[in-house]
Amino acid sequence: MMVAVTSIPPFETFYAENAGDVLRLLRRRLGRDRADDAFQETFLRALRAYDRLRHGEHLRAWVLTIAERVAIDAHRRAGEPTDELPELPHLDGRPAYEELAFLTDTLPAKERAAVVLRYGYDLDYEQIATALGSSSDAARQAASSGVRRLRRRTT
Amino acid sequence: MTVPADLDRRFRDAAARTGLLDASYDVIDSELGPLLAAVTDRGLARISFDPDPDRELDALARLAGPRVLRAPRALDETRRELDDYFAGKRTVFDLDLDLRGLTGFTLRVLDELARVPYGQTATYGELAERAGNPRASRAVGMVMNRNRIPIVLPCHRIVGSSGQLVGYGGGLERKETLLRLEGAIL
Repeated sequence: MMVAVTSIPPFETFYAENAGDVLRLLRRRLGRDRADDAFQETFLRALRAYDRLRHGEHLRAWVLTIAERVAIDAHRRAGEPTDELPELPHLDGRPAYEELAFLTDTLPAKERAAVVLRYGYDLDYEQIATALGSSSDAARQAASSGVRRLRRRTT
Repeated sequence: MTVPADLDRRFRDAAARTGLLDASYDVIDSELGPLLAAVTDRGLARISFDPDPDRELDALARLAGPRVLRAPRALDETRRELDDYFAGKRTVFDLDLDLRGLTGFTLRVLDELARVPYGQTATYGELAERAGNPRASRAVGMVMNRNRIPIVLPCHRIVGSSGQLVGYGGGLERKETLLRLEGAIL
């Protein structure tokens, strides 16, 4: 069966489409002043990983998760209390992974993030690693142990 | 939310400094109107008379890779040389060129094209002969038509067999302007 895969857009297009939303998210998390550095860091992280993308789907979810990760790092550097993991992005006011939520809500945070990004957003492990600030091996492990945990529960 | 211009500029400069961009482009003002110019790590890859990036970005991504970004800083040298050329202060470009993907006859023709001096013209047939195939003047016309780097690779200096200005990707008016600038025609 042929599956249509969205091709990866030129980085300029990706940046132009998402820059405003990334900045809005970062200003909400960090305030106006600190948002600027985080904005640059977010798109530089995306740029570093961009040539390893395998398809162009869910890039918005991906870059918003990177932005959350960058915001967490900024809080941590400032010695402020913060979450361990980025909040998963909600698109159009509604989480796109809603179908998975009833399953994944009970998973440990890291496994939940990896499972949702892998199976809800179809991101590959390189993308997930960039978004969560971990290695692709760690992302793969978190997703597979999350899936094992779900299997144990549903059988 | 609109990203403030200085923040946008800071990111684009930082992105250019990483050396990770497959292609950087900018729109440059010139005597011929706005030009879109793009460079890669190999050199100047594109000059387009159509400054609307939408039509060029995909082609650049196919040529060099998906990390294509407008990054004016990366075009500083190209902009300087083009400005000098249009001001009549430069007759030879000193820019590396990215001609990847081109082979055989096309490369030989472009190589010969680059040798046609400022202020002079050659015919399609002469260029075909210099490239080793005197009967290929129509093929030379095609190579001129598909030239990715006009102005710098001076296809405007190539004219019909009786010296008439025929065909130019950017329109005959631009060809005339360039030849007039170089003093090749009055």
